[in-house]
Amino acid sequence: MRDNISFLLNGRVEHVADVCPTTTLLQWLRRVKRLTGTKEGCAEGDCGACTVVVGRVKGEAIAFEAINACIAFLPMFDGTTVTTVEGVAQADGKLHPCQQSLVDNHASQCGFCTPGFTMSLYALYRNEATAPAVSAIEEALAGNLCRCTGYGPIVQAAQSMFGGRPQAADAERRQVEVDYLAAAKHGETLCITGEDRRMLVPRSEDELAALYLSRPDATIVAGATDVGLWVTKQDRLLNTSIYIGRVEELARVTRSQTDLGVVIRMGAGVTHSDAARALSGRPAALHELWRRFAGEQVRNIGTVGGNIANGSPIGDLSPALIALGAQVLLRRGDERRTVTLENFFIGYGKQDLRAGEFLTGIEIMLPADSADFSCHKVSKRMLDDISAVCGAFNIHIQESRVAQVRIGFGGMAAVPKRAFAVEAALLGQPWTRATVDAALVAFEDDFSPISDARASASYRMQVAKNLLVRTFVERTRTATPTQVTDCAASMSE
Amino acid sequence: MIKMQKQGPNRARISGGVAEALHHDSAVKHVTGGALYVDDIATPPGTLEVYIAMSARAHARVIRLNVDAVRAAPGVICVLTAADIPGGNDISPTPTEDDPLLADGLVQYVGQALFAVVAVTVQQARAAAKLARVDYEELPAIITVNQALAARSYLEAPYVMQRGDVEAAIAAAPRRLSGRMEIGGQEHFYLEGQAALAVPGEDDDMGIYCSSQHPSEIQHTVAHVLGVARHAVTVEVRRMGGGFGGKESQGNLPAAVAALAARIARRPVKCVYDRDDDFLLTGKRHDFRVDYNVGFDDHGMILGLDVMHAVRCGMSFDLSQPIADRAMLHADNCYYLPAARITSYRLKTHTQSNTAFRGFGGPQGMVAMERIIDEVAATLALDPLEVRRRNFYAHRDRPDEARAVTPFHMRVEDCIIDDIVAELSETAEYQRRRADIRAWNSSSAIIKRGIALTPVRFGISFTKTFLNQAGALIHIYSDGSIHLNHGGTEMGQGLNTKIAQVVAEAFQVDYARVKITATTTGKVPNTSATAASSGADLNGMAARNAAETIKGRLASFVAEREGVSANDVQFWPGCVAVGGRVFTFDEVIKDAHMARVSLSATGFYATPKVQWDREAARGRPFYYFAYGAAVSEVAIDTLTGENRILRTDILHDVGRSLNPAIDKGQIEGGFVQGAGWLTMEELVWDEKGRLLTHAPSTYKIPACSDRPGILNLALYDRGVNSEDTIYRSKAVGEPPLMLGISVFAALADAVASVADYQLLPQLDVPATPERILMAVMRIQTG
Repeated sequence: MRDNISFLLNGRVEHVADVCPTTTLLQWLRRVKRLTGTKEGCAEGDCGACTVVVGRVKGEAIAFEAINACIAFLPMFDGTTVTTVEGVAQADGKLHPCQQSLVDNHASQCGFCTPGFTMSLYALYRNEATAPAVSAIEEALAGNLCRCTGYGPIVQAAQSMFGGRPQAADAERRQVEVDYLAAAKHGETLCITGEDRRMLVPRSEDELAALYLSRPDATIVAGATDVGLWVTKQDRLLNTSIYIGRVEELARVTRSQTDLGVVIRMGAGVTHSDAARALSGRPAALHELWRRFAGEQVRNIGTVGGNIANGSPIGDLSPALIALGAQVLLRRGDERRTVTLENFFIGYGKQDLRAGEFLTGIEIMLPADSADFSCHKVSKRMLDDISAVCGAFNIHIQESRVAQVRIGFGGMAAVPKRAFAVEAALLGQPWTRATVDAALVAFEDDFSPISDARASASYRMQVAKNLLVRTFVERTRTATPTQVTDCAASMSE
Repeated sequence: MIKMQKQGPNRARISGGVAEALHHDSAVKHVTGGALYVDDIATPPGTLEVYIAMSARAHARVIRLNVDAVRAAPGVICVLTAADIPGGNDISPTPTEDDPLLADGLVQYVGQALFAVVAVTVQQARAAAKLARVDYEELPAIITVNQALAARSYLEAPYVMQRGDVEAAIAAAPRRLSGRMEIGGQEHFYLEGQAALAVPGEDDDMGIYCSSQHPSEIQHTVAHVLGVARHAVTVEVRRMGGGFGGKESQGNLPAAVAALAARIARRPVKCVYDRDDDFLLTGKRHDFRVDYNVGFDDHGMILGLDVMHAVRCGMSFDLSQPIADRAMLHADNCYYLPAARITSYRLKTHTQSNTAFRGFGGPQGMVAMERIIDEVAATLALDPLEVRRRNFYAHRDRPDEARAVTPFHMRVEDCIIDDIVAELSETAEYQRRRADIRAWNSSSAIIKRGIALTPVRFGISFTKTFLNQAGALIHIYSDGSIHLNHGGTEMGQGLNTKIAQVVAEAFQVDYARVKITATTTGKVPNTSATAASSGADLNGMAARNAAETIKGRLASFVAEREGVSANDVQFWPGCVAVGGRVFTFDEVIKDAHMARVSLSATGFYATPKVQWDREAARGRPFYYFAYGAAVSEVAIDTLTGENRILRTDILHDVGRSLNPAIDKGQIEGGFVQGAGWLTMEELVWDEKGRLLTHAPSTYKIPACSDRPGILNLALYDRGVNSEDTIYRSKAVGEPPLMLGISVFAALADAVASVADYQLLPQLDVPATPERILMAVMRIQTG
């Protein structure tokens, strides 16, 4: 086992030993390296002021992605490349196109969020050849908050930064990073210890299973987009944690054809971004839900498994996965078992997990017809918000009747929940507005939501019902605009 | 006539003078990480960090506070309680003495500073604070506006502004309506939280580096808490990571705690708020309830208006009095009210002490007035824009004594809102689009669109007249480089850039020659807060006056040497012309230095004409008004209440712009911030007075995709200030926030379409998806 870590920071190799393993990357950058360009705006991954770009080996590929440094633990970066705002300009001080574009477009005012935007744009610049559509820019920037500019100049900067490429300096830098990542593919297990805390980093699923069985009190860390807050906001100590981000088996997405249809298997360590890419836009509704899942920085490091395992009552992805009939794959030592997702959630903060047992992944069955499946997330803010209500509908119509139906909801109960009574009211019935209207009362049997800071109970109940109505209207009257995003301003001329 | 010589100016204009669209002076530092904020400053070795432990009760006596275990925790150096304060335990921004630094036996909101833990790291301090034993004896707590109104829990006697016989006017009006509107508060969400670093010096000296809009007040507060003279405290502010009013008075607490800790620990101490703590500790925009009773005629002309403002001030005054006053001073917005009464209740509640926020009460007063206009229009089935225009104050070029006086008896002499609205409604095609939208709505069952044009008139000047003063300090070094300092602070609004442009213009030298330096109480004393949109107006004038003083000395020196009159000396781009000869600026400076001419000067400015008799509620509280208008088109989903801003057109008057790029940035950012307040930003307290929305996970400010799908923004190109302001520009910081009201009015218009515009649904602020859906359902069921 190795007891120290190393990574490439702004083109230079850093070796770190004797560090508390729950030190965040941000704390280390600011306090130890005195790289203060990266800011703390919220310390919970919601504002993006701490954005850095991380290069990682993913299977055969290498990805450079924006992530939040404020809730990521330092050992997670072993064997990666990290670029901060100080490392973006050329050595001679010439600004990178993303920086120059921000300056030219008057895209900073107070400047505190600007390093984060700079890094999100830098990631976009590295991953796109030409200026993407405005909607893609908005997606890339949804995890960065600015309170001064109103965003227009920043979006303009993103659009105009692609002129004048390619840059020789970029290519050189990329080569240095790729060379480092290629060389850094060493497979040792890590044990990072400091301040009486310990983080273990296994390299295979078997190793993980053995480690966790022997230390069932350990906290499993995947993307740390939730566990990071336990440390930064709740002062929890995490005496022993196990980081699963280097277990390659858990990072795989596989697709297999069965008699019943296409089955997708996603490892518990697959990030949301990778999962969305692997499914390449099918089904569209799931892709749209991912687009609205947190911000880009969280999607790039947060995992599908983590989103399920943390047992949030909202669990933004879980309602969709329930509707897709997701199976949770569990492992304890060498024992494996499978639980249907809706049964995995037992109660608030309680899941069907035994001591030493962990998620290895999930399996979903893609709907035969993509149009059978729809998701509706309702939140105060369109992007980067947690659902007040999220409803997912997987409804197959045959000969004008509801032949199959699975409906999942988040925000309606202490756990993400399947709407069995609503399903029963629909199944076998003619697919008509009358059937839908009759099924609405069944929501009262399935759910008794609560009021909280996001929404009142009565709003949640009303919206849940209306989402079924929307689903019906969308499938039967396809020309009718049913979402505000369908609607453009009345045009001149 | 001065003859041009060979070495004369080879260009017509300096680089970076007034009216150029320069980028923000720190823009390159912003994008490279080189701009330093308080938490970025390299601290001396041994610097400690302090955590402020907060009250867990809204209203309680603290029976026992035992911090023994806190003191014994790892890393802890000392624990501070009220008993440790050598001077006064008060950090009030006004002489109300109702904001203790650390609670002394009584807590009055959840989040109030109770004690402070000084440790090697803030993580250690925070962990240690959890070990305290606090026993409370709970007292009845008043949380909401309605609870406070019912309990007559007032900070001060209700304040009334009145003009004319309101009862008679309303009673005699052909039509009347009354209503109520609840208006939520707003969290500033400056990206940089409150922060201060205190560095003790010799004697009683204390140096403070902080993120504050009001360095002088930090100085006064720290001196008061430490029990030392103000000359012992020096406060420096290089820049803030956003302020928006939230760093006008709220910086007092972290600075005073850091200073107290530094004094006791005899080491530098830093206090930086965590985001959640910042939400819990600091005040926000005041939430209001507005009740109104209006009389009008069949054409929508308002005849009388009686308005009640119930203002949730929180546990102390802070700046609530001038804020509530300004709300009243904007209860008319752009509209002449023949008879009006505005009654304001300043409610004491056991919640955070609400504070300044961009607009300073004006937005709340204005949004209610716009709502009243919309209701009048809906009642008469008139286009709200038509009702707005009919009620505007008299245009400045068409003086009509009878329609130019405000409810506070000030004559509006500069009204140009008719011109702005006329131009904007044309360019935005308001009429055609309104008709199109109504036609479209009739065939769209689920998605409905709405449109509204709302105007803004915002009074410029501090209503506390004495605050309308500013100072500046300019040094020219012997190499000709210029060091500029003034009393204003940079919070992102580009103030330093503008003032440097003013100074460059005054001396006729390139902007690059002017070095902008951190605001410090040691250079310019007794300053007012950078607030009330006044930064460029006041400090620009002060800086120009300083420059003119030096120019006068230079002119005298050169004139004497060349044997001409000082009046014959002219400052040309980069040089000084005199009697047919031209000298470079550098030469003149060098020669002046050798000739023992002072190259340093202070400048001062006091706004003329303003006077305000608060007791009588009469006078001229404002030097002038800033005007603007916006048209917004929105879409709502009648199944969920979700909504989008599809398009916004803005025409805004900044007079003659000092820097159009910076001014446009203020307008766009202000608009989006205002729209956020009115739509998605919702503060939720529970019945125990605990703020539930204390992080960006639950409190949503606009994100990138929430800006309008299309934004057409223009400066009013005929704009020129009627008053003699700095280069005839107008203030721009706050007024654009209220352009966001167009979004709120458009949302109401969209909801009204559900019942075919027969009535205007009740809609409160913020118009969240939930409120919109409930409004839709209410009018669906009649």
